[in-house]
Amino acid sequence: MFEYCSDPSALDGARWLSCYLTNGVHLRFYSSFGTVLLLLAITAPLALAFGFLGAAASRSGVAPLRWSGKTYTSMVRGVPDIVFFLFFVIALDQAFEWTRHQALCPGWDAPIRQGAEFNVCPEAKLPRSSSPQAWHEAYNFSLAIVTFAIVFGAFAANVLYGAMRAVPRAQMETAAAYGMTERQAFRRILVPQMWVYALPGLSNLWMILIKATPLLFLLGVEDIVYWAREIGGSKTSAFSYPHPDWRIWYFSGLLVFYLIFTKISEIVLARLTARLSAGQATAEGERLRRAAPAGPAA
Amino acid sequence: MMCAEELGAYGLRSLGIGERLLPRSDITLCDQFVLIGSGMIWNVYFGVLALAAGFFLATLLALGKAASSAWIRKPADWFVFLFRGSPLFIQFFLAYEAFVRLPDSIGVGLFGAEGADLGWLTRAYAGALVVLFFNTSAYAGEIFYGALLSVPKGDLEAADAYGLTGFTRFRRIVWPTMLRLAWPAYTNEAIFLFHATTLVFFSGFPAWRQQGDALYYASYFADKTFNPFIPYPIVALYFIVLTLIVISLFSAAGRRLNRHLPSSDRPRRPRAIGQLVR
Repeated sequence: MFEYCSDPSALDGARWLSCYLTNGVHLRFYSSFGTVLLLLAITAPLALAFGFLGAAASRSGVAPLRWSGKTYTSMVRGVPDIVFFLFFVIALDQAFEWTRHQALCPGWDAPIRQGAEFNVCPEAKLPRSSSPQAWHEAYNFSLAIVTFAIVFGAFAANVLYGAMRAVPRAQMETAAAYGMTERQAFRRILVPQMWVYALPGLSNLWMILIKATPLLFLLGVEDIVYWAREIGGSKTSAFSYPHPDWRIWYFSGLLVFYLIFTKISEIVLARLTARLSAGQATAEGERLRRAAPAGPAA
Repeated sequence: MMCAEELGAYGLRSLGIGERLLPRSDITLCDQFVLIGSGMIWNVYFGVLALAAGFFLATLLALGKAASSAWIRKPADWFVFLFRGSPLFIQFFLAYEAFVRLPDSIGVGLFGAEGADLGWLTRAYAGALVVLFFNTSAYAGEIFYGALLSVPKGDLEAADAYGLTGFTRFRRIVWPTMLRLAWPAYTNEAIFLFHATTLVFFSGFPAWRQQGDALYYASYFADKTFNPFIPYPIVALYFIVLTLIVISLFSAAGRRLNRHLPSSDRPRRPRAIGQLVR
């Protein structure tokens, strides 16, 4: 990074530190924070969509659809989520490969599961063993995203289902009285009104999602935890920057990162709640109305 | 009896009793059920002890957060913020690294020249328990604090009218009402604490002599058989049973807390939604 960094062994003090903190692995460490943010940016809307579908299915009049919705929403209640994380990563991978196997290799007659092996034909392997390393990483990352979206979608479905039930019945009855069909009332009345009821639950979910990102490490993605362990471990003099075991400092850094991140989220979400609650027939809306100065709305 | 042989060999394997080697080949359904069930001993151990100890610290934290003196309030606030604002996963890592260093740095200073052996803190049974204890205290402390603020004003005025003050007022009026109000949320916290115990052996704390929890053995089987469709549903099954037991115990306690209220005022059965990873 800096010119004087060419010979690290000759440096000491602040110069050594400045070179150390800007060497190649550290730059990869810093960019892995981007990986975490990317995961959050993709997972959050995806999980919300899954949750919306799950909640809508739970309310459906069609019995099989309702059952599948209910199963989906209740699956996360009794079972630790980390079980799902570990399960889905392998299960999805095998499901994709199995599907591709059926499609690409119709003539293959050897059994796929032989004892402890899972053998699909070479064409069905995901990603192909000949593909570059970047594809392997991208594949792992997308498996992680889908897994996160499924698990958090189930939680979001719980929240949204509750929110849909919290919309006052009179609103839906009025919609029916105006001659709206059930579908119209759902789209025009229920969905726009449910968000304020869903917000506390969704805020909670967002905080949980942030705190779940270290699990990426368990799913085999090179995230911040991975790099903190890699770089922090003691380095012998064979490395250009030898140092003892510094993992405790790296993990302290991660701790501070998460504390700041959750604190900022908390502040932003509190403001959002205040804004959405304005004019709503809820306790918070009432509090805001009373706090506002009398007279016409500003 | 079903699985009798496996039960003898692996029933207490997670405590180090029984067969030394884990099953490697020809893994049967019985092996999986018994060994994963044996791992549940650790999940229950962590959950019960952390919850029991955390209950008292949580009450103190709630009172601390509500204290008028900033010297008490600020530390309580920071404690809760520290443990609620960061992932449990990172807390485990950090605690393990800290405990590994403890014996040769602080241990010497605290316990004289020769230093006490604090190596047991690096083992999961103690170190992870400490982390879980602090973690659940912080979460439950926040719940209790919220309940403390919603204790009806009339109750407190009635207590004053009866001349109750100080600790008596707290023990007989404030505390039971606080618990009653907090109970549904606290039930959730208990459920998710049990779920959080599965993180222990996946974070900093290594499993000593392959003595791990239910999820540790499940992932062992998933690695060995490359078939996730059997071990993980088994863990799920065990945890559903555990969750149902926790819910029934907590609802029994909740009924006792609410027994003076007319039945229409009692809160509905708690639903387990809320925290998942922490």
